Amino acid sequence: MIGLSTDPLDVDAITDAVRGPGRGAILVFHGTTRDTFEGRGVVRLEYEAYAGMATAEMTRIRDTIRQRWPGSDAAMVHRLGLVPVGEASIVIAVASPHRAACYEASRFAIDTLKERVPIWKKEIYADGSAWKANATT
Amino acid sequence: MASVTVLYFGPLAERMGARRATVTLQPGETLAALYARLCPPGREGSLPVAFARNEHYAEGTEQPVDGDEVAFLPPVGGG
Repeated sequence: MIGLSTDPLDVDAITDAVRGPGRGAILVFHGTTRDTFEGRGVVRLEYEAYAGMATAEMTRIRDTIRQRWPGSDAAMVHRLGLVPVGEASIVIAVASPHRAACYEASRFAIDTLKERVPIWKKEIYADGSAWKANATT
Repeated sequence: MASVTVLYFGPLAERMGARRATVTLQPGETLAALYARLCPPGREGSLPVAFARNEHYAEGTEQPVDGDEVAFLPPVGGG
């Protein structure tokens, strides 16, 4: 399961998508929206995507995980539009035969997503707004 | 005349006041040259962008062809 959603993310459905009888480890990463940036109160956040390319890049992450960590699978859905503070903007589920591969693949998925997937975040404060890019390291 | 669809996102869409445009290419024009022509630096300078052609990352030295979908991607913030 790879996708973009304007509705709250369905963690159970995303997790169930990677379950398998040979997969003894499952990690579910939630990225949630924070309430402050450098001391400024964030009222809400908005995400927008280059939808076709974002889906393609997330699919490439999933395919890389399947190749690099045999027996593993990944599912991920990113929220778009208005996201209230404290809710998940991204949920990534990874399942592997054993835990070591699962931790590695989970970390690879979120790191690569933050670096490559064309999605943009706007923080809206009480007194203005700003587009926030991810750190490049 | 070769023309491409150009997509703007995030802070660049705000700056341009548009999300898409149909643009006629100049002979031999690269993605980087197209960006420089369409989005000249403003008071805040140029927004650094990555380039995409038909939903794949591309180098600025690539030359788009007729019918391509070109996108200028400001630094991403998903996750």
